[in-house]
Amino acid sequence: MILAEQEESRILVETENLKKYFKVAGGQLHAVDGVNLRIRRGKTLGIVGESGCGKSTIGRTILRLIEPSGGDIRYEGKSIINLNNSAMREMRKKMQIIFQDPYSSINPRMSVIELIAEFMIVNRQYATKAQCFNKAAQLMDVVGLARRLANVYPHELDGGRRQRIGIARALSLEPEFIVCDEPVSALDVSIQAQILNLLMDLQKEKGLTYMFITHNLSVVKHISSEIAVMYLGKCVEKATSAQLFEEPKHPYTKALLTAIPEPDIAMRKKEIIVIKGEVTSPINPKPGCRFAPRCDYCQEICWREEPAYKEVKEQHFVACHFSG
Amino acid sequence: MTETILEVKDLEVQYKTELETVYAVNGISFRLNEGETLGIVGETGAGKTTTALSVLRLLPERVSFIPKGEIYFQGQNLLEMKENELRKIRGEKIAMIFQDPMTSLNPVMTVGEQILEALIFHRAEKAEKAELEKRVDEVLTMVGIAADRKADYPHQFSGGMKQRVVIAMALACEPELLIADEPTTALDVTIQAQVLLMIRNLRDRLKTAMIMITHDLGIVAQTCDNVAVMYAGELIESGTAEDIFCAEKHHPYTEGLFGSIPSLRVYTERLNPIAGLMPDPTERNPGCKFAPRCPKVMAICRSSHPEDAVENTHRIKCHLYSDGITDPRKEEERL
Ligand SMILES: Nc1ncnc2c1ncn2[C@@H]1O[C@H](COP(=O)(O)OP(=O)(O)OP(=O)(O)O)[C@@H](O)[C@H]1O
Ligand SMILES: Nc1ncnc2c1ncn2[C@@H]1O[C@H](COP(=O)(O)OP(=O)(O)OP(=O)(O)O)[C@@H](O)[C@H]1O
Ligand code: SF4
Ligand SMILES: [Mg+2]
Ligand SMILES: [Mg+2]
Repeated sequence: MILAEQEESRILVETENLKKYFKVAGGQLHAVDGVNLRIRRGKTLGIVGESGCGKSTIGRTILRLIEPSGGDIRYEGKSIINLNNSAMREMRKKMQIIFQDPYSSINPRMSVIELIAEFMIVNRQYATKAQCFNKAAQLMDVVGLARRLANVYPHELDGGRRQRIGIARALSLEPEFIVCDEPVSALDVSIQAQILNLLMDLQKEKGLTYMFITHNLSVVKHISSEIAVMYLGKCVEKATSAQLFEEPKHPYTKALLTAIPEPDIAMRKKEIIVIKGEVTSPINPKPGCRFAPRCDYCQEICWREEPAYKEVKEQHFVACHFSG
Repeated sequence: MTETILEVKDLEVQYKTELETVYAVNGISFRLNEGETLGIVGETGAGKTTTALSVLRLLPERVSFIPKGEIYFQGQNLLEMKENELRKIRGEKIAMIFQDPMTSLNPVMTVGEQILEALIFHRAEKAEKAELEKRVDEVLTMVGIAADRKADYPHQFSGGMKQRVVIAMALACEPELLIADEPTTALDVTIQAQVLLMIRNLRDRLKTAMIMITHDLGIVAQTCDNVAVMYAGELIESGTAEDIFCAEKHHPYTEGLFGSIPSLRVYTERLNPIAGLMPDPTERNPGCKFAPRCPKVMAICRSSHPEDAVENTHRIKCHLYSDGITDPRKEEERL
């Protein structure tokens, strides 16, 4: 009982039956369709899945950068779904986001130091502008940007340094929780590794909690304590990082894991589970399991009934009629 | 006896603009045998695409220059060929697949028409319309697309399907050499697996020689017989897949690449990335291109350009191995 309570208190962000539908020409597009997630304080929840499965939408909806169509979002146990604008603005200091291409979300006419100071100035984080710039300069050290770059413009910088600006901006209001939406996907592997190390160091130092969105499975395994696998707006499986890779249970997760080309020639003989067909449309989805049209284990019930998302082993959740 | 189909000798390529000269490819040499697959792996700006475009003689006119080098395809130097001779070789004997399938597809023609056109264009002998139509159906089926979708336009296909059509078109003419420049980079991993498997099967069946350009060491490990690692326009290490993935001695850059990718099997607390950034391609320094980032740099590295150290098939361009590579693994075998 006490243990359970302790467990509860360690949950920082939680979603319950979270939904986001977009109205499009063909009908309702179910981008996120009833997702339950719990993210523990100081930990990283990885979100993986293929293009269009709803990863970015869920990240943005949790921060209410897009309004959910249904369900609940709780921060430290309190629902934030009905907070008004000013309360939400306060809330957002604690909840930040880092994008894949920070360039698309910043004003190209601002210099590096201005960009890093921007949120602090707007939010009157410190008494004077000078203090904000002072803090921004310190943040440059934290994220590994040489101070001589303070007055440079972002277009003059390479992708890795631009991403460091994005990280410094996200850190500037001293958040507790950061949604990282594909922060290293556009970077070369040697630069990607530098940024991953930085994010992990910052987490340790500041006790940050991350939701880390990516389609790269080796990156997600490396950085996450827990991983949620999404398919067409649904979370189909969630487990600790080690458990998911050791004992994947959902047919989609299994296929996904065997599809990774590994940098090891001993793995050439590895049996690849090739899933047939392509991802189907998220517009007005049919009843039943979303993965049914591509699934090798599909039975009659899968077309009829949506599988429940249930705990098959401690902390291991799967939504499939035939696993667990 | 396997025959050499392509041999590149000491190739240099530069891009010249009013303001500066980009030294994109700086003296690379490699050889590809019939039926073999060579992987060229490297990070952004390493010169991979430039190398591929040189082989096809498709470098942008006016801005690009080849001051030095020879490229022999089936014994003929491509750099000395006339445009009309080249046109016959492109597509018919050498085909290329680009990262973005729309580079090779016409948005206002149906998929079937485009395959048909590719077949007609590269066929010397005349064929009956009905026979060609049948061939189009076969080509589509071969890459796992239902033949009745040939009346669709490219935009009605997903990214993976478009890329499969492009591969189908490239292979329809049964080229002797296929150059694939990051063919799956834009695709999701399950679709990538489908496409790679397809490329592999078709290659094995048609015995096509292939150059696979990628930044993904995983793709190299899974598809290539030989590997060349490219950095700043040079091949800094090359050899068989075993040399690159199993040998103990490597170029410090290759080691850095491997240290940067998180392993799926072994848990590592921290990655071991390479510090710093790629050198500016408009500058030419006398020493090793990797010296500014190299954790094992020595005084000589900054002043003198390293030669290849060679052990059988394995080559490493680094001063650390000036006395030879002597891989302990191979030493043991010898004893
Ligand atoms: N503003 C919008 N209006 C309509 N549809 C949208 C909108 N934003 C996203 N979608 C759709 O919602 C679905 C989920 O999109 P989302 O961007 O969340 O996917 P993702 O998993 O982040 O994909 P990627 O890996 O490509 O970034 C997609 O089908 C997308 O087309
Ligand atoms: N048309 C051009 N004009 C000027 N410079 C160019 C041109 N094309 C390429 N370059 C430069 O030549 C160098 C090699 O580029 P290349 O495209 O061959 O690299 P790559 O290895 O294919 O990189 P990527 O992985 O990004 O595709 C780079 O510095 C690039 O900026
Ligand atoms: S030659 Fe020197 S600087 Fe270059 S890779 Fe080898 S040790 Fe490093
Ligand atoms: Mg996204
Ligand atoms: Mg390229």
